[in-house]
Amino acid sequence: MTEDEWEPKILVFCCNWCSYAGADLAGVARLQMPTHFRVLRVMCSGRFKPEYAFKAMEQGIDGVFVLGCHIGDCHYLEGNHRAKKRFEVLEDMMVHLGVEPGRIKIDWVSASEGVRFQAVITEFVAHIKELGPSPLGGGR
Amino acid sequence: MRHDEEPRIGVFVCHCGSNIGGWLDVPAVAEYAGTLPYVVHSEDNLYTCAEDGLAAIRKAIKEQDLNRVIVASCTPRTHEPLFQATCEEAGLNRYLFEFVNIRDQCSWIHMSEWDAATEKAKELVRMGVAKATRLVPLDRSTAPVELVAMVLGGGITGMTAARAIANSGFEVYLVERRSVLGGLLNRLHKIWPTEESPRQLLDGLEADLEANERVHILTGTEMVDLKGFVGNFDVTLMPVEGNGDGLDLKVGTIIVATGADEMKPDGLYGYGEVEGVVTELELETMLREGNLPEIGNAVFIQCTGARGQRVTYCSRVCCMTGIKNAMELRELYPEASINVLYRDIMAYGISYEELYQRARVKGVGFIRHPKEEPPRVETGPDGKVRVTYRDVILGRDIVQDVDLVVLSTPLVQHEDAKELAQMLRVPLGQDRFFFEAHVKLRPIDFASDGIFLAGTAHGPKDIEESIVQALGAASRSLTFLKAGQVLSEPIVAVVDEDSCIGCGNCIEVCPYGAIELKEGGKRGQVAEVNPGLCKGCGTCPGACPSSSIQQLGFTDEQILAMITALANGGD
Ligand code: SF4
Ligand code: SF4
Ligand code: FES
Repeated sequence: MTEDEWEPKILVFCCNWCSYAGADLAGVARLQMPTHFRVLRVMCSGRFKPEYAFKAMEQGIDGVFVLGCHIGDCHYLEGNHRAKKRFEVLEDMMVHLGVEPGRIKIDWVSASEGVRFQAVITEFVAHIKELGPSPLGGGR
Repeated sequence: MRHDEEPRIGVFVCHCGSNIGGWLDVPAVAEYAGTLPYVVHSEDNLYTCAEDGLAAIRKAIKEQDLNRVIVASCTPRTHEPLFQATCEEAGLNRYLFEFVNIRDQCSWIHMSEWDAATEKAKELVRMGVAKATRLVPLDRSTAPVELVAMVLGGGITGMTAARAIANSGFEVYLVERRSVLGGLLNRLHKIWPTEESPRQLLDGLEADLEANERVHILTGTEMVDLKGFVGNFDVTLMPVEGNGDGLDLKVGTIIVATGADEMKPDGLYGYGEVEGVVTELELETMLREGNLPEIGNAVFIQCTGARGQRVTYCSRVCCMTGIKNAMELRELYPEASINVLYRDIMAYGISYEELYQRARVKGVGFIRHPKEEPPRVETGPDGKVRVTYRDVILGRDIVQDVDLVVLSTPLVQHEDAKELAQMLRVPLGQDRFFFEAHVKLRPIDFASDGIFLAGTAHGPKDIEESIVQALGAASRSLTFLKAGQVLSEPIVAVVDEDSCIGCGNCIEVCPYGAIELKEGGKRGQVAEVNPGLCKGCGTCPGACPSSSIQQLGFTDEQILAMITALANGGD
């Protein structure tokens, strides 16, 4: 695949109660955004495991985004705190492997923030486009 | 068991009329689905959720001997229960169903990218197939429902809901943080269209509530803590003033009817600075108490603070309140000049247009001004208020010195609503009102089961609309109370005792204390999950060094298979 044809492939974890609902609301409001992301629904952002980011990038996925409820709003009290802590560790590991900062990211979107969902997705996709293919992707 | 057999997956791709089919190639997605491993049947339907779509699912399950079903359509948040029930009707365990969202999160947000949206839908289906292949049947368990309801907020909405629940034979706690019931109605003078005092309405309700032994009225009380889930909420209540004793309650359902406040428009149109400028509720208080000054002329300014000024929304009730009070002044002071300055009059519905027309006939003046040229209000001569406004018909500024300026301000959410929302674990919308699960399909529910929403806590509403929603919320609540039990989702954590090393990491991260160590396994100790306490958040698997704890329905195997399906095949 040549550089010009390259289109990023992005995996987005959304929690059922906030960010997934926010993504749905963006749809209801017909907010347009880039197509390059795919949402994987989990019940809580606390379900995210750093291992998933490695497995995804090894296989050629260019960016991993975790979206949960805002801090203080997690449906299960503190799953997003947990996710955030795990993310900090993951970010350090990624840096050691030579992965650019910002290729994996965690953020928060509430059920009523369709507009915010559009904004964070659009920005993330643009950033990954700028970074180019993942260095872990084995030359995909 | 069936699920040990080779998967036989059926994929149903929905056009949703033209909601999906108009923006991406649905037949191509269905055809592509048919090429994926283990998919033995795929079709596209105009509306998969309509009866013929559901019949097609049942038929294919029977005729093609399907043991997994995927619907690629709208969102699981609204339609998953329907398709799961359809699978069950055809003899398939409801957890062998997998949802793929290609509308809200695909066709609707990529409306000018037919090819890329079609590609995305195919990939989402591919991920869904990867997960479906690894689904196993699960069984729901039942838990009893505490046969008690709690209503937060003792205004007309909360009172109405509480009475309806009690009349249906259930205990109900009515919790109001002020010292009296009645909420905003206490501050009104008259209510339209009956032109009666709100007291008549409130006194009748209050008498009913007090006479019913199943109703427990707790005024001057607020909720300070909430734990648990539908059917089994643990509530802690405390007196608002002083340090009296708290009260711990167990309730099955909760209705949020905490109402709204009138916006105090500090700094707008001289409010708080110019003598003689009041809000509608302040005027109604004066009318009720009979201490209005003599009025020769008065001006009402509509949409104060609303529709872009301080909040974005139209508050729905302020046009009617303004017109009602303008007429009241008209009647009290027949010689006075009463003018309503407005941007647009929203006299919606059946009875309000009539009120508006009646006000015009009675000689209330209605003067329109453009949004860009709002009236100006300042201190005038001789204790009067000077109002300068643009008359678009005359095409010039009018200066009037009046006795009273009444500002029609919107209803706004209470300052501290966020705290309550966090306690309840329910969302607030952009305008800070409580946010329902779905605007059309679940307008009284929150996404969290067992918590319902009514009245102005949900957004500006008039009395009638609040009462209607109160009865709706009571009825939703009664659905759970009458059932007496709830089915719990079986997507709980399970431990593989052979590989668990008994480290206890999972115990530490569980927010519900659902995991304990017990004797057993190869190393003497293993984790054990109490499925009654586990709420299925899935946080514990991330803490386990040996991948020994898994969340059913969201296992590592399933998630990793989805990731692989997304990554590969994209080349
Ligand atoms: S899934 Fe969540 S609630 Fe259940 S045991 Fe694990 S951490 Fe606790
Ligand atoms: S974290 Fe894993 S290994 Fe440790 S006790 Fe829990 S299940 Fe067992
Ligand atoms: S449920 Fe959204 S982050 Fe926990």
